[in-house]
Amino acid sequence: MIDDRILKDHNLTRDEFKLIVKLVGREPNLTELGIFSVMWSEHCGYKSSRVHLKKLPTKGPAVIQGPGENAGVLDIGDGLAVVFKIESHNHPSFIEPYQGAATGVGGILRDIFTMGARPIAVMDSLRFGPPDQPKNRSIMEGVVSGIAGYGNSFGVPTVGGEVYFDAGYAQNPLVNVFCLGLVQKDKIFYAKTDGVGNAVLYVGAKTGRDGIHGATMASAEFGKETEHKRPNVQVGDPFKEKLLLEACLEAMERGLIVGIQDMGAAGLTCSTSEMAAKSGTGIEVDLDLVPQREAGMTPYEIMLSESQERMLMVARPERVADVQAIFAKWDLDAVVIGKVVEGGRLKVRFHGDEVIDLPVDAIVNLCPAYKRPSVKPKPAKAAGKGAPVSLPDNFSKAFLKLLASPTIADKEWIFRQYDHMVQTNTAFLPGADAAVLRLKGSRRALAASLDGNSLHTRLDPKTGGAAAVAEACRNLACVGARPIGVTNCLNFGNPEKPEVMGQFEAVIEGMIEACKAFAIPVTGGNVSFYNDTEGTSINPTPVLGVVGIIEDIDKAVRPGFKAAGDVVVLLGETKDEIGGSEYLKAVHGREDGPAPRLDLAVEKKVQELCLEAAGLGLLQSAHDLSEGGLAVALAESCFHGRKGLGCVVDLEAGLRPDALLFGESQSRIVVSLRPTDLNRLLELARERKVRAAAIGKVYGESIVLSQAGKKLVDVTVREAFKAWKNAIPDLFKIHA
Amino acid sequence: MRFGVVVFPGSNCDSDTLHALRDVLNQDAVFLWHKDHDLKGVDCVVLPGGFAHGDYLRSGAIAKFSPLMREVGEHAARGGLVLGICNGFQVLLELGLLPGAMLRNKNLKFLCRFVTLRVENERTVFTNRARKGQVLRIPIAHFDGNYYAPPKVLDDVERNSQVVLRYADEQGRLTEEANVNGSMRSIAGLVNKAGNVMGLMPHPERAAEALLGGTDGRVILESVIRGRAS
Repeated sequence: MIDDRILKDHNLTRDEFKLIVKLVGREPNLTELGIFSVMWSEHCGYKSSRVHLKKLPTKGPAVIQGPGENAGVLDIGDGLAVVFKIESHNHPSFIEPYQGAATGVGGILRDIFTMGARPIAVMDSLRFGPPDQPKNRSIMEGVVSGIAGYGNSFGVPTVGGEVYFDAGYAQNPLVNVFCLGLVQKDKIFYAKTDGVGNAVLYVGAKTGRDGIHGATMASAEFGKETEHKRPNVQVGDPFKEKLLLEACLEAMERGLIVGIQDMGAAGLTCSTSEMAAKSGTGIEVDLDLVPQREAGMTPYEIMLSESQERMLMVARPERVADVQAIFAKWDLDAVVIGKVVEGGRLKVRFHGDEVIDLPVDAIVNLCPAYKRPSVKPKPAKAAGKGAPVSLPDNFSKAFLKLLASPTIADKEWIFRQYDHMVQTNTAFLPGADAAVLRLKGSRRALAASLDGNSLHTRLDPKTGGAAAVAEACRNLACVGARPIGVTNCLNFGNPEKPEVMGQFEAVIEGMIEACKAFAIPVTGGNVSFYNDTEGTSINPTPVLGVVGIIEDIDKAVRPGFKAAGDVVVLLGETKDEIGGSEYLKAVHGREDGPAPRLDLAVEKKVQELCLEAAGLGLLQSAHDLSEGGLAVALAESCFHGRKGLGCVVDLEAGLRPDALLFGESQSRIVVSLRPTDLNRLLELARERKVRAAAIGKVYGESIVLSQAGKKLVDVTVREAFKAWKNAIPDLFKIHA
Repeated sequence: MRFGVVVFPGSNCDSDTLHALRDVLNQDAVFLWHKDHDLKGVDCVVLPGGFAHGDYLRSGAIAKFSPLMREVGEHAARGGLVLGICNGFQVLLELGLLPGAMLRNKNLKFLCRFVTLRVENERTVFTNRARKGQVLRIPIAHFDGNYYAPPKVLDDVERNSQVVLRYADEQGRLTEEANVNGSMRSIAGLVNKAGNVMGLMPHPERAAEALLGGTDGRVILESVIRGRAS
């Protein structure tokens, strides 16, 4: 008898249970209820988000596969396609940082190679609480080691990403992992069963009791008892995953399989029912045949286990022996556990009894979708609702403080723990505006960037959603890449709170506008709700991953100033905007708005100008302006450039000097070029009606920033570099 | 010169190494499967980087038992060339083809970055295109690269000029800071007494193309291609 307590344990409502009874035609047994519990969880069923996600633009001439499969696929020409996706592993990473993050990487890798693609790059968007707190440092250290431990062993380079620190993430860190894969267009695989009579093969690691109800856990708020959920986190084995990759790709290459689905969230349940539902067939499985790591597991446990490094494959019966030979070569299990049947039902046997008999359509497609109540967010209108913001007494000191703030400071301490060079395609080292990967045997290259500013998004959700897309595209423009598609990871609080739902709807609206402006399709993604601990929601955090193409890798723009005497030009307009800036936070301890405005038409023009100038070979360097504004962008251009190069910049009168130096107005790029190319660039800017101003030159060994001749900042590159470089390592040194 | 790149389960620089040898340096290069007993007639066996057999035990400890290692041992005993890169170096230590062992890096973290190396012995088959004292810029990527050997062994390898590469700063000076993983006597690369087996922690295959940030790795690979100790 299913009572309210059991329903609560399964995170299902009474109404949902009634619907299940109606769809099944009887009351489900406990194992069957467990299946609905995971498949109808927020994590798998997208209950609260589906009605809104449907509005995202997903079409485009290059789209081979949009949302709905393991990952999106885009045609990039030359017979090749890119497969990419981003996924969150937030809750597990808080409970058990190392394994939570490691299995996050493992999961997204499988999503990519399930489709036949070899993963060629990983990037991460990480959000932690302030690192001066030991607990936050320990989470950060665990997450970074977990990502490194998994990715390095598997042999995929972790080529970039972003790291933010904010008090709001202390109890709820975010770990979003993006993966990009490459596949021949005619070798893409899908989750399908095709013909009745085909064999269902279980491949990879054995099934254990780990991760049971991981998806359900990720669909609820955390309370004080979170520690008890540690056993829900799976344990990763990157070596096994590497073997699984090679064996799967070999079987695919030889055309031995019909369809394949990874066992991620909801494990065997999800893979069996989804594959059958997609092909309109039924599926029969005998659990006694499933390779098991421990004795005495119940059907409930076997079906819901989220043990890692497992796949479900469908092959024609005559191909089974060949598939098994390949897996034996790689020392992996490949066991026939069932077959594809007619009738659209999932039937599971255990010790000779039928323990599950459910309609797959109900499990996979009929999860209710909710249009949850929402309150439209009110963007903050005026700057500094409280006291007016005073100007710093000493701009040089404020500048150094900003460079040393963890969100802006150098992240080498993190990325050098990642093997970012394996596969020998990494053309730009981490720290550039975007990751750049060469395509062996081609002049073309791929670029990718992850972005999202949650403070701006809290202050103005719609603009935040649009700006995340715009900034990711701008980062691509800075290296000379044109965007072709986007994936998104939407991290929000409890969707049952109308304010959270309002933020979510507004962010989606903003994303839609920006994707349309850039004419790029959304090919998939992930929603992570319930990022609440003890009732407090995180800032709404959309993370956008944009993939782009550089037509000629020799024309890619490398970060950093190249030569003394080069002219520094600012593209775009600086406005009187200090709201929501890192400057306001780090120097004044305030997080009020309004967030910088965004005009997508202007944004597009700035990016087009940058791309054109890059294509003509005019740019010696280009860098997007984001956290820390112009001053930080100039400093980073010094740090990434030829050792020790400084710059001298003089800006117009008019704006508040702090807005001018540290404000985060959108749609700006700082470039450097040879003096002989200046007129050409300014001419192009005039033609395209983009504001472009020569503001200074690469010169000397100091960063000297003035307004109308009045010196504001004068710091040696060496001192600025030290502040930026040492901030994060020092935190770990002092407190270790 | 025909190269054979050994593929262990968990090798992940096998394709990179083959690419550098075959596509960049135009050499005859093939993969060798660890379960086989066939060296396919290669002149130089390369043990590539990665995590052979997962390296959940000591790095390289299980790879030592891969079937093909019998033939690799025989090849080395005959004077055939063997080059172990990163994990391959660790395997050579476990096989006993080179002396010493690897500990965790001194900062107890995985470390991926370009380092500078000083060429100590330019007369080996693996360094004949380098000058003595030349500084090479090549990346490392490892967790266990902190070279250890007892003092007597260290004195032996020094006396026999078996130390080929040391971590050094850009001017070629041996400093504690430049010795990024804490290796004894800053050792980054070693040859055996006979000079036909070399192990090094840095990845020359990652520094074979300007696009990837440098070409100093070619000095090592092209030395082998030239194929004689000078």
